[in-house]
Amino acid sequence: MITAGIDVGSISAKAAVIKAGVLLGTRVILTGYHAGRAGKEVFERLLTQLEINPNDIKQRVATGYGRNSVNFADKTVTEITCHAAGAHFLNPEIRSVIDIGGQDSKAIVMDGTGRVLDFAMNDKCAAGTGRFLEVMARALEVDLDGFGDLSLQAEHPASISSLCTVFAESEVISLIARGEKRRNIIAGIHESVASRVMAMAHRIGVKNPVMMTGGVARNIGVVKAIENKIGGHVVVSTKAQVTGAIGAALIAARQ
Amino acid sequence: MAGHDRSSDSEKQQRKIKSVRKMKEIMTNYYIEAKSAGQNNRKVAWITSGGPVEPLIAMDVIPVYPENHGAMIGASKMGPDLCEKSEIMGYSSDLCSYARTDIACGPIDGGPIGGLPRPDMLVCCNNICGTVLKWYEVQARYYGVPLFILDTPFCHERLSTEAIKYVSSQIQEYIVFLEKHCGKKFDYDKMEDVGRLSLEAQRLWQAVLDTTVNRPAPMSAFDAFFHLALIVTLRGTRIAVDYYRQLLDEMNQRVDRGISAVPNEKYRLLWDNLPIWFRTRWLSEKFSAHDACLVADTYTTAWCRSLKYIDPSDFIRSMAESYSMIYLNIGVDQMADMIIEMIDKYDVDGFVMHSNRSCKPYSLGQYDIRRIIQEKTGIPVLMIEADMVDSRSFSESQIETRIDAFMEVLKVNE
Repeated sequence: MITAGIDVGSISAKAAVIKAGVLLGTRVILTGYHAGRAGKEVFERLLTQLEINPNDIKQRVATGYGRNSVNFADKTVTEITCHAAGAHFLNPEIRSVIDIGGQDSKAIVMDGTGRVLDFAMNDKCAAGTGRFLEVMARALEVDLDGFGDLSLQAEHPASISSLCTVFAESEVISLIARGEKRRNIIAGIHESVASRVMAMAHRIGVKNPVMMTGGVARNIGVVKAIENKIGGHVVVSTKAQVTGAIGAALIAARQ
Repeated sequence: MAGHDRSSDSEKQQRKIKSVRKMKEIMTNYYIEAKSAGQNNRKVAWITSGGPVEPLIAMDVIPVYPENHGAMIGASKMGPDLCEKSEIMGYSSDLCSYARTDIACGPIDGGPIGGLPRPDMLVCCNNICGTVLKWYEVQARYYGVPLFILDTPFCHERLSTEAIKYVSSQIQEYIVFLEKHCGKKFDYDKMEDVGRLSLEAQRLWQAVLDTTVNRPAPMSAFDAFFHLALIVTLRGTRIAVDYYRQLLDEMNQRVDRGISAVPNEKYRLLWDNLPIWFRTRWLSEKFSAHDACLVADTYTTAWCRSLKYIDPSDFIRSMAESYSMIYLNIGVDQMADMIIEMIDKYDVDGFVMHSNRSCKPYSLGQYDIRRIIQEKTGIPVLMIEADMVDSRSFSESQIETRIDAFMEVLKVNE
């Protein structure tokens, strides 16, 4: 049976197709203005890429913030359940997932079968999310993709203490005005994201091994900052950004 | 997929609680009476929700509750506008939204009933929070009326003899305060009747709430939030006793006939903290679509939880203890014990905690309580961040995702 998962996030839309427990392919596009359209487009593009006829897809599960706008989905499942299922598929040893997406971050604790035991999500605030990093990249005039490597060269991470994205941006601007090096500011930003996310993760008793999913997992600086807080290794899959979509496709196969 | 109401119109009609009409009528009459108190030479006292109201009833003073008013403002979705007005007046947006909206209503006769009737005196008891002290001081200055403060020490583990003595002596001062401002002697005989009625209403309210031990539950916490108004405002009167007797009868009939609050009750949940007044319907439908019923809550039981401390033969004397030992004035361990008791009693599958930006004493210990509950009962706990009145602190899509994910966890656990 071939199934598909469509994960429409606030920044990007992802799709994954699975056949008999094997991942056939994934695709990522920007969500843009229309969440429903982005979901349809990423799904269609992936099918074209894989040369699969839409009629051969037996089940489609939508997840992510735009899940209810994906009108061709057979079912919607929250990203919490999907990320756990996806992470378990990518590495069955994983017991906790830290997912930092565009507009929220979450921590999930699961059992050996990928079943969610507990979860926590950030409160209604952009600090500690992908959007927070985007705002900072703009203030620093650095491409977000360069954030990770730059931060690894930092001598002394700058201190960023504000809990609010807007206030943190002001802090960053004062640091720039004081002539602080970009790499130190970026390392400070990563520290701040890691602190916020780990405070949340510790509340639900995060268990090792930990996997990081979501787009922000591609940022090595944030991963290292989280590893420092945990005092151990954090698993990052090359499929970090599409873990939710993979989970959705797996859940679709269970229907 | 959940989300469809599978019940027909007649079923929906049957599911409606008939007593609601009577309740609305009582509350309308109550507010008309309070608003026309001046014309009838009667006095009005504003009092905190956890305050000792019985002596006021005994003195024929009409008690009015700014917190009940706050709930009405929230339910009428007038919160953000009034909160903004208070912020223009200089109050911080971090303050309690009941306090903010009440303070904003004064100068403009704002809110769903065109403002509360002017008070002749204010009675403030800090057993529910510390905000009420400053809030009532502000109102005492604004209206130029006397303020009585009943200070109930926090009970970390137990109430000491000294604390009981301290509160008791204030109850005596309270009576002197009332005699002075009502211009008449305190009627101890009448007080005995009022005390008896208060106790009876509290027992009936507890009995109403306990009908949800049945499967399916004949009512939900969302119904309790509504029917709560009388035990708060008219405790100590015959009206409250008669009403809760009627409501109890209706609930028992629903149990006999198998009429449930939620069409296909499968999951039973416990709610913590005040309601999100401006979203009760949305939340009720959201949980109902998942076949989940909020069968009990820690909030509405607060008005009958002190039953064991009340001595019907000497109500006044037992007031020190019964008013000091209320839910928000005890330690986190005792709160957790009470919650575990409720989880067992109502046979609950999951616990939903509202982290209420407004209510600090209710929300402060929630993460500890959550941990204790999970360790001792193993049931899943959901935390949602919102506010009881200020809808600017409510994010629908985030809360929806949390509820959906929580229900997915519960369904898998099945």
